[in-house]
Amino acid sequence: MRKLLYFIPALIMAGLGAAFYLQLGKDASVVPSALIDRAAPEFALDPIEGHDRPGLASADFRGQVTVVNVFASWCLPCRAEHPLVMALAERDDIQVAGLNYKDKPEDARRWLAELGDPYDRIGADQTGRVGIDFGVYGVPETFVIDRNGVVRFKHVGPLTEEHVRKSILPAIEALQK
Amino acid sequence: MTRRLLIALALLLASPALAVMPDEVLDDPALEARAREVSKELRCLVCQNQSIDDSNADLARDLRVLVRERLVAGDSNDQALEFIVDRYGDYVLLKPPVQANTLALWAGPAVIFLIAGGILLVRVRRKTPLSSAPPALTADEEARVLRALDPDRQERD
Repeated sequence: MRKLLYFIPALIMAGLGAAFYLQLGKDASVVPSALIDRAAPEFALDPIEGHDRPGLASADFRGQVTVVNVFASWCLPCRAEHPLVMALAERDDIQVAGLNYKDKPEDARRWLAELGDPYDRIGADQTGRVGIDFGVYGVPETFVIDRNGVVRFKHVGPLTEEHVRKSILPAIEALQK
Repeated sequence: MTRRLLIALALLLASPALAVMPDEVLDDPALEARAREVSKELRCLVCQNQSIDDSNADLARDLRVLVRERLVAGDSNDQALEFIVDRYGDYVLLKPPVQANTLALWAGPAVIFLIAGGILLVRVRRKTPLSSAPPALTADEEARVLRALDPDRQERD
């Protein structure tokens, strides 16, 4: 019985090792969203001045699955992920909405003209208040919102093909059922 | 010498640069003091290990302004904190709240202390030394040690 006690330190080390191993490769800078499985915040944003897309309000989430992409012309990673958002917009079972975060209308317009406009609706969040309501802390961010306006998935940072394939598309498909 | 002394004095008097901009500061000093208190508890999510009171990040500034707005609107400190936590989750709090999923964090040190204390107490009660002292030397061994320490001794004997 006493001899067994000598194994306790080894067991504790093994336990710690396993716990650390499981955490390995996780990005510690990603903050879990407080919004998952909660209704998206109430808001109504004007369109980008002089751009021919309607604005965005929480009421627009009703009735269809929406991908909300938070972007800005000053945000370099947004440029990198943009082709993936364009590809998402080709699906006809979802609505792709943009949240133009703290951007100047003329800059946003030029950016969309250069790279293409994948958004069905764009809300211009010039003060960043709606961004705060959404818990945005690093642009770009991407949300998947269900037909009832409940946030189901959030991705922080630029999307990659792998993110789209492994998390965004499965999240969308799960909501289509 | 005086010059050095003056520089040292000036450095002592210098206050750390604050991230809070003059245009953010509220007119009511009592409210401003509360805003500072709330801001110190909130993490800047962009830099992650600074409070929004210390951070120069844009988002930190927005959150500072928001906290002040809530306080002016009549929120208590806790309500203002809750407003931000509602949006960003518990992670924005620099001091994690005591709740089910943080129990190990808060109770861990106390539990370890109790276990270690318990073991120590049992040990002391039993009067078993933690490491047993080496057995005493026999007379023969003692003589050999003395010889080794003082080779002249043998000749004198």
